[in-house]
Amino acid sequence: MQELINRAKELLADGTVVRVLGWRKGDMDYNPEVAYFNSAEELDNFVYDGFCGANLSKYMIEASKLEGKTLVFLKPCDTYSFNQLLCEHRVDRDKAYIIGVGCRGKLDIEKVKAQGISGITAVSGTELDGPDSIKVSTIYGDFDVAYTDAMLERCHVCKGKEHKIYDELIGESKDTHDMDRMAAVAAIEAMSPTEKFAYFQAELSKCIRCNACRNVCPACSCRKCVFDSTKFDSQQKANVDSFEEKMFHIIRAFHVAGRCTDCGECSRVCPQGIPLHLFNRKFIKDIDELYGKYQAGETADQRAPLVNFTFGDAEPSIVNERGSK
Amino acid sequence: MQRIGVFVCHCGSNIAATVDVKKVVEMAAREPGVVHAEDYQYMCSEAGQAKIAAAIAEKKLTGIVVCSCSPRMHEATFRKCAERAGLNPYMVEIANIREHCSWIHKNMEEATEKAVILARAAIAKVNLNAPLKPGESRVTKRALVIGGGIAGIQSALDIADAGYEVDIVEKTPSIGGRMAQLDKTFPTLDCSACILTPKMVEAAAHEKINIYTYSEVEKISGFVGDFTVDIRKKARSIDANKCTGCGACQEKCPSKKSLSEFNRGLNTRSAIYTPFAQAIPNVPVIDREACIKFKTGKCGICSKVCAAGAVDYEQKDEIFTEKYGAIVVATGFDTIKLDKYDEYAYNQSKDVITSLELERVMNAAGPTKGHLERLSDGKHPEHIVFVQCVGSRCSDERGKPYCSKICCMYTAKHAMLIRDKYPDVKVTVFYIDVRTPGKNFDEFYRRAVEEYGVNYIKGQVGKVAPQPDGSLLVQASDLLDNKQIKMKADMVVLATAIEPDPSVRPLATMLTASIDTNNFLTEAHPKLRPVESPTAGIFLSGVCQGPKDIPETVAQAGAAAVKAIGLLAKDKLTTNPCTAKADELLCNGCSTCANVCPYGAISYEVKLINDHGVREDRRIAVVNNALCQGCGACTVACPSGAMDLQGFSNRQIIAEVDAICR
Amino acid sequence: MPLNEKTGEFTPKIVAFCCNWCSYAGADLAGSSRLAYPAEVKIIRVPCSCRVNPMFILRAFEKGADGVILCGCHPGDCHYSTGNYYARRRMTLLFSMLDYIGVEKGRTRVEWVSAAEGVKFSTTMNEFAAKIHELGPNVRLEDLRCKN
Repeated sequence: MQELINRAKELLADGTVVRVLGWRKGDMDYNPEVAYFNSAEELDNFVYDGFCGANLSKYMIEASKLEGKTLVFLKPCDTYSFNQLLCEHRVDRDKAYIIGVGCRGKLDIEKVKAQGISGITAVSGTELDGPDSIKVSTIYGDFDVAYTDAMLERCHVCKGKEHKIYDELIGESKDTHDMDRMAAVAAIEAMSPTEKFAYFQAELSKCIRCNACRNVCPACSCRKCVFDSTKFDSQQKANVDSFEEKMFHIIRAFHVAGRCTDCGECSRVCPQGIPLHLFNRKFIKDIDELYGKYQAGETADQRAPLVNFTFGDAEPSIVNERGSK
Repeated sequence: MQRIGVFVCHCGSNIAATVDVKKVVEMAAREPGVVHAEDYQYMCSEAGQAKIAAAIAEKKLTGIVVCSCSPRMHEATFRKCAERAGLNPYMVEIANIREHCSWIHKNMEEATEKAVILARAAIAKVNLNAPLKPGESRVTKRALVIGGGIAGIQSALDIADAGYEVDIVEKTPSIGGRMAQLDKTFPTLDCSACILTPKMVEAAAHEKINIYTYSEVEKISGFVGDFTVDIRKKARSIDANKCTGCGACQEKCPSKKSLSEFNRGLNTRSAIYTPFAQAIPNVPVIDREACIKFKTGKCGICSKVCAAGAVDYEQKDEIFTEKYGAIVVATGFDTIKLDKYDEYAYNQSKDVITSLELERVMNAAGPTKGHLERLSDGKHPEHIVFVQCVGSRCSDERGKPYCSKICCMYTAKHAMLIRDKYPDVKVTVFYIDVRTPGKNFDEFYRRAVEEYGVNYIKGQVGKVAPQPDGSLLVQASDLLDNKQIKMKADMVVLATAIEPDPSVRPLATMLTASIDTNNFLTEAHPKLRPVESPTAGIFLSGVCQGPKDIPETVAQAGAAAVKAIGLLAKDKLTTNPCTAKADELLCNGCSTCANVCPYGAISYEVKLINDHGVREDRRIAVVNNALCQGCGACTVACPSGAMDLQGFSNRQIIAEVDAICR
Repeated sequence: MPLNEKTGEFTPKIVAFCCNWCSYAGADLAGSSRLAYPAEVKIIRVPCSCRVNPMFILRAFEKGADGVILCGCHPGDCHYSTGNYYARRRMTLLFSMLDYIGVEKGRTRVEWVSAAEGVKFSTTMNEFAAKIHELGPNVRLEDLRCKN
């Protein structure tokens, strides 16, 4: 972490960048927040540990409009989002100085809580070069939790330790992939229509339409979201019934289909714990199976599957064969 | 708020017999925005249009809905009517209560309810319509004719005579097409070459006509008035400017085993060849597959004997690009393959031939120099059997469901010519029906029967079996006498179904012209616009549109030419104003729309945008209205919904959905 | 639920999006050939199948449609060359998603109908309406607020 701060100070000092986009300490150890740092002094609050899961790519849309270069720290998976935004002309490569930071998987405090640990006062050992288990201090005493047991779901399906775009790299990364990315989607696909309906009904009825998923999503980067626009008569409003929950999430997922890098931010920020990534991953799975493997953000110059076609594409009736029995 | 008038047409009894038009008027009048509703016998009539114009003036209407026939039929009529009355023509919507309602439903209550809903959807849409203004695009005053048969030649001559430049692209080495292969023509028995070749010469000599033979259309882009076409001139291996057409090369060519395409494979030709003596241009081509020089590198005799030094083995395909305002398609036909008709023994016996092959046999320049003889042994036949409808009017997959239209007449012609020249030859014709609708056609057929004694038997041939003695045993049913017949024949002639030339399929895709299940090009309207494709600027000439004989082909070729001339005579065309438009405040500049645009109509510019007081430079999509054709692909691809289609906006379509589901 | 007031039978609402160049003309041909199909089918004319936003289809269901069908030119024959290819991908993914959340898959369909295929248009609509009758009212996607 100190290495990152030192390098950031150097880049500020030599005028390469005029600000730094990173994370600073939150009110608890497990909730650092995204922040701009404009001076060496401000960087004293900089933090980079296992809880710095936030993907900073989307912030670069606004940072691209500011005067001067911004130093941004991107984890391997964040670079996919940055590439995708670059592809859509939403960020300016010349306005970004990218340090690819090392990552050994990011942590999810909910996973810790799920183990029956409550009254958390502090968490330590989450740094990049920290131990294999983290120490959780609570008002009831200290607990050791294995690092991997506290990881975000998305880190178990890690896309790899390689940064897809950067100016320099600091820190070692680790491929933490140890689960089948499509297992949960496949499990739902195997359900009967009634079971599927009940499953999503139960999950989506928790939605409070806070829009956190939309606001954090690097692919949902429109100046004005269709849900805020009068163009479709689909303006944002509180959910009144189950259809709107479904409608909102289907449309949201469809809007980012082919552009979603599966960064998992939507599920990470959902206050209700809805596994929103299951919508995006369904589209990714279908795209991979029907139109060939495609990873959004792999490069900045590929053609997204929904703005592409082949003459021999499957007919929509293929859903009758592939879908529910 | 709009002030909408609703006009419900009875269409005589076409609508009124199944839809309670009074009820539709009553229900429509209750819809939001509607200030006037009435019905009338024929809205499209002058009196009907006068009613609309009067209501627009009196009630100060801002939009109208006409509940009538399909918008494909009269949308233009009512738009013009509105325009004359001072209303923007794009403030007109049609509720299709005839084709989509009264004609398909029998129950009056059901049909009326549906008509009300369709009217409601149109009213909901017109509530959101905005006046649109068409743009203008230029017209390139040059026409392209694809196909150099009689259809293409006639269209080209007519367009050129009107003073416009015309290019003919023909894929074979000579113009002339199928008609050049025919011996005589019905019902006058003129010699085909005698009436065709002067036209070929006229086309070649016309100062406004350029002929590209041995050439194919490679790529087409653009739109009506402004097509850009890539044409591939295949390597002829002969410098056409030097060649004198002396024919020495063909005489000396040692490779003489290639089947002659022109003679339908009944005899052979040299590797360097002109397809027939009157070919235009009279410049040979080298068939590189057959040429010894190309196969082994040795030979080169043609080059040696060519006094003009015209042979060029190094010649390469050339692709050039040309602009056209109109395109006439005249790709013609071929006969179907008979592989699946084993019962006629076409592949087993040389003496079973198609009618087109018989044309070559009868022709003085053909493989038998015009002598009627069996191709197996050269013997004079005693009995010839003609089989009609081979692959035509066929209910299974082997043939075609349609009538090929020309077979009855050419079979009568063949029968008559044979009986005339060789009175000793017996001729039997098996037919399902004899179809002779045409001027002097039935008289012609009756002469064959009555004067020339051709034996017509209503019935189908089940099997043709080659016999050890070289004859053919024909087994057939006689439907009138209801009995099975067996007869010996020396030759069997199959009136083989015709089908559109296979080149038309990829061409239709390039032209974005619609094509039917039989690969005939579809006309814009089967009665009212029979020579135009629904795709603007594309005209249909000859058999590519449907089976035809020569006079019909020539008539249609002329009609297609007139339509093309009508287009070329204009300096500017008004463009469809229903184009895409990006909302600058919503556009992300992400380029997604440009990725799906088939016309390259979307570009981006950086523009200073004032977004509710926030001023910033933004990358914004800009649509070129002259290029945009209004498909709407971009509107769905656009993630933010910034891109919308004028005339078919998101809100308009949603309003229709809501109205239908209400 | 859309029950016929008199008979008490289920009368579905079916929205058919038809492209202007092929399928709408095919529907016209079905009409002029008097090839009947149920009045439950209501057609909305769009320039091309690629104009149909998945949101329109969801909107129809939201407002109580029991079935939505999209008809366009055959692949390769699109008036705008490529529109139906994009529509094909979009609809495949949308239908798959609807299946994924438990919507009966017969409620949506894509059919390519040319201007010359009046018979196919009529047959398709008859089949589709029969399928919707078999599935019954759309309850899973219906927004009950929209009903009286």
